Amino acid sequence: MTGPDTDGVGSRVMTLNGVIGELRSGMTIGIGGWASRRKPMALVRALAASELSDLTIVSYGGPDVGLLIAAGKVRRLVTGFVSLDSIPLEPHFRRARQHGAIQLTELDEGMLHWGLLAAAHRLPFLPMRAGLGSDVMRVNPELRTVRSPYADGEQFVAVPALPLDAAFVHMNRADPGGNGQCLGPDPYFDDLFCLAAGRAYLSCEQIVPTRELLAGGPAQSLLINRAMVAGVVETPHGAHFTSCVPDYDRDEAFQARYASSAATPEAWEQFAAEFLAGGEAEYQAAVARTRAAGAPAGLTGGARA
Amino acid sequence: MTDGEPTLAEVCVVACAEAWRGDGAILASPIGVVPTLGARLAQLTFEPELLLTDGEALLMAPADDGKDGTSGSRAGDDRVTEGWLPFRQVFTMVAAGKRHAMIGAAQLDQFGNQNISCIGDWALPKAQLLGVRGSPGNTVNHPVSYWIPRHSRRVLVDRVDMVSGVGYDRAAGLTGQARGFHELRRVVTNLAVLDFGGPDHSMRLKSVHPGVSVSDVADATGFLLAAPYQVPQTRLPTAAELALIRERLDPDARRDAELT
Repeated sequence: MTGPDTDGVGSRVMTLNGVIGELRSGMTIGIGGWASRRKPMALVRALAASELSDLTIVSYGGPDVGLLIAAGKVRRLVTGFVSLDSIPLEPHFRRARQHGAIQLTELDEGMLHWGLLAAAHRLPFLPMRAGLGSDVMRVNPELRTVRSPYADGEQFVAVPALPLDAAFVHMNRADPGGNGQCLGPDPYFDDLFCLAAGRAYLSCEQIVPTRELLAGGPAQSLLINRAMVAGVVETPHGAHFTSCVPDYDRDEAFQARYASSAATPEAWEQFAAEFLAGGEAEYQAAVARTRAAGAPAGLTGGARA
Repeated sequence: MTDGEPTLAEVCVVACAEAWRGDGAILASPIGVVPTLGARLAQLTFEPELLLTDGEALLMAPADDGKDGTSGSRAGDDRVTEGWLPFRQVFTMVAAGKRHAMIGAAQLDQFGNQNISCIGDWALPKAQLLGVRGSPGNTVNHPVSYWIPRHSRRVLVDRVDMVSGVGYDRAAGLTGQARGFHELRRVVTNLAVLDFGGPDHSMRLKSVHPGVSVSDVADATGFLLAAPYQVPQTRLPTAAELALIRERLDPDARRDAELT
């Protein structure tokens, strides 16, 4: 499947539905990004629209978690927080918790990092001080401590590995082979999500020929290599309404609408009918229509210079 | 612009700044407008070695030498990028102990146990909040202070519903180095400054803000508060500090909104 743009590297280019077709109900799926920043929302929207169910979601949670909960896809959530950043609390997550609709594994955010790192390194656990003395130990009775075998004899939390069946991450650029480029200031933990996963799927703003990757940014921006990736999908504005700098900022006006729509089932039904009933192309077209209909300039998260 | 008595917000900014006094070259992580102004004020005046981020992944230093705090541009962000600190590096700084965070609390008890996770029974909360975030790890690795813009019995409680940040009573049960790394530095509220110098490291009233009485603070606190025989007034901003806050750090007076 080597194409003209792959410079000798086999293509891993897929469609959104092709990715969803490789997943099964009951899987554990990790989602990259952080809160409402560079979330692989096109993949999340496709997952929310799918027939899959009973998923365990591992995420530094934002609207990815909210959308999947609203769609009834989440059996268990593994996280340290769920937030929309500029709107501190995520409404779907709050309601689901307050109604007992999802199970929660609540960890310190550093423990989540350690669990992903352990899985990436194929270790059963990594020792850590985070969690000691806190109620994280009470609400996760399966957590164990471990004593240092050396002279210090100190006791640590044995943070269990968080192996993933699949992971979704969103990059600014990628080549067809799956080499992913992060042009924003923070890679978050996206490379670890990929390495912790059996199969990782990378969406990106733009697929470019391999030879053009370094025109976009320095070698250090090439966060993901193709050994970590099973599939690549080009999804322009695919992180919308979360931020994807330097391509675009968070769409604050749209995020505010998303959050207020979650207030009642009727308002959410209307939001879902307007934006989530079709596929990704229909979503982006509906967002563009909303923007053209006169959201104030500067609040819409348009392209940055 | 520098005329006039200091406002409550300005007193609080300085009280927050004082939390970082003596910390040197460590990462200051303030959450909220008033603690952020406090950290930047400390960096511009008595604690120039402090490291501060832009709220995301860049470390920002004052554009001038930061020593006298009076030169440099007066409008907008007059800082220069001095480093890169993505979240994974923040986590490493946490574990290395090179950080002092000032964070919020939905509930805080007598020994400094903090809750930002949920209100009510964790299994089926009355109100789901953020989640524990980094509080468990922060509190067993490096100094933590708290900023409470609305001091009340709803926040300063007898017992928190979900221990996110670890208090002194629980830290006393830790073995190894974690116990030594645990340090709750101070609590700044809209009424007072408190520390953990009471019996068994319980919360103690350190100073009251102008116009606030000791009984005002006791009435707004849901547990018995230790206090010295005479409680001093919180230090007022100096003229130079007021000028920095009003003209350089916060010309749009964003500090007031956090206290209303």
